[in-house]
Amino acid sequence: MSTLGFCELTISYDGVCAVNSFNNILHSGEWLCLIGPNGAGKSSVLRAAAGLVKYSGSVAIDQKEIPTTSARWRAQHIAYVPQTPLMPEDMSVYEYVLLGRNPYIKHFASESAHDKLVIEKVLTRLDLTRFSYRLVGTLSGGERQRLVIARALAQEAPVLLLDEPTAALDIGHQQHALELVDTLRREQGLTVISAMHDLTLAGLYADRLVLMHQGVCVASGSAQSVLRSEILAEFYGVSARVHHEPDGTVVVIPQRSISN
Amino acid sequence: MSIQGRGHSVLWFSLSGLLVVCAILLGVMIGPAGPTWWRIPLELINQLPLISINSGVSKVDWNIVWMIRAPRVVLAAIVGATLSVSGASYQGVFRNPLVDPYLLGVAAGAGLGATLVFAFRGNQPSTWLIDPLPLASFCGALVAVFITYTVGTSYGRTRSTVTLVLAGVAVTSLATAIQTFILQRNNDVIRQVFSWVLGRLSSATWGDVRLVLPYVVISTVVLLLHRRLLDVLRVGDDEATALGTNIRRVRLTIVLAATLGTASVVAVSGLIGFVGIIVPHAVRLIAGSSYRRVLPLSVLLGAAFLVVADIPSRILADPAETPIGVITAFFGAPFFLILLRTRKNES
Repeated sequence: MSTLGFCELTISYDGVCAVNSFNNILHSGEWLCLIGPNGAGKSSVLRAAAGLVKYSGSVAIDQKEIPTTSARWRAQHIAYVPQTPLMPEDMSVYEYVLLGRNPYIKHFASESAHDKLVIEKVLTRLDLTRFSYRLVGTLSGGERQRLVIARALAQEAPVLLLDEPTAALDIGHQQHALELVDTLRREQGLTVISAMHDLTLAGLYADRLVLMHQGVCVASGSAQSVLRSEILAEFYGVSARVHHEPDGTVVVIPQRSISN
Repeated sequence: MSIQGRGHSVLWFSLSGLLVVCAILLGVMIGPAGPTWWRIPLELINQLPLISINSGVSKVDWNIVWMIRAPRVVLAAIVGATLSVSGASYQGVFRNPLVDPYLLGVAAGAGLGATLVFAFRGNQPSTWLIDPLPLASFCGALVAVFITYTVGTSYGRTRSTVTLVLAGVAVTSLATAIQTFILQRNNDVIRQVFSWVLGRLSSATWGDVRLVLPYVVISTVVLLLHRRLLDVLRVGDDEATALGTNIRRVRLTIVLAATLGTASVVAVSGLIGFVGIIVPHAVRLIAGSSYRRVLPLSVLLGAAFLVVADIPSRILADPAETPIGVITAFFGAPFFLILLRTRKNES
């Protein structure tokens, strides 16, 4: 249960500004989704929080600024799932989840009994126990996605960063993966921040959407307030209809600009 | 790791340990001169304190075994173990299964150092008190890797290993070019240089063993301590960092340790190719890809492999020596080709 705060987060690559003065606070257990066109800076925000890019400003957990020097401390508090995780094909499922315990295992030590217990629990929770000795390369896309989430859970970090968690999945597995994240978030009080391209799914699962454009936050709020056709037209350059279902779900449907 | 997994590891470690013992015994027993082979184990037992057996081995014969064959076998074990564990570590650090321990210019640097010594002293036998050859090749190797690392990591702030490997290629070419130039001007030593390049264990003494042992022990211990972290590095620089690893420090330590080990064995044995590739891959095939098993098993099987490979090198062309590099290449090159063909593409 932790809050995550960004204060004046600015990131530039070789002098080109990718994110400019990003500010936001996520409450404990909140799911925030970053949306925006390609190159808007969504991934950069996540990568900064994961300590993978240099930034100015600060990222704080429970109002405690993350020390840029300690990768270990950061990994105990923030779990990061990249867009396309590099999964060694010939590594076993158990060994892969074990990597998530790295922030707790001393430099030259092996995993403790407690680490093993955590892994067993995570494998059971995500229904992966029967795969323990299978090689990663033999898993399907959906199983792999579960496995990456399992590794992140093994980190026992209160904050979970998901970069395009469903990009490579079919519609069924997209739903399974996001439902899983949502359930885990409720069970364990995880604070989740994700970057997503599918606007309907983003609106469906996230508590709050933040629309980014050219490194700047241009709109923030509920799905109803951010997913409006004039906003999408302005920042995505897309012609889309936005439907409001009776249950509050917002559906974004792209439109052909020239009718046949 | 479950009971089952642990059981498998214990099995593999015991089998490999047994293999090393058998290889060493075989290595000590077989040779062109000396006592009958079956008398040697008896005499070895006789040499143990408090035990006395009449093995029928004469003092002279025992000297052949103990002063000539034994150091050679022990050195082969040390060299094999070090090249294998360094090779496996380099493959882990660079996430490239086809990398060998000579990647960053160790071989070319050592070769240049050795060539300088040969060219300097010509065909005259060494009149020096201490043989400068190991020292020169050791220094050559370290200087080459130092240049590679400095150049390779100074370019940009990228964490990529590509620049490092490219710098290694450049340093290797430069050192080889200088070596060729020196050889052209000193035709008379070409033969000696090539015999060194092909690797040799024939002149091994207990002095050589003592010379390399401290470096090799340090290097191997450091590498073995990093075996779990090498598994973490397998998911790539970004994810390893996000998992709380200081990858720059880990990578530098592993590269330094592997280079120290490689440079010190190259100094006493010349260049023995393929060991650093064949052994780690064979280990992966039988015991899985986790570095927690690959590194320790590479130490054991590397030792056994080179001790066994050294046996034909003594007796094939008796009384001449077949360079051990020829033997390892003879087995290594086909193995390497098969590996290249059958290896599934890793993402």
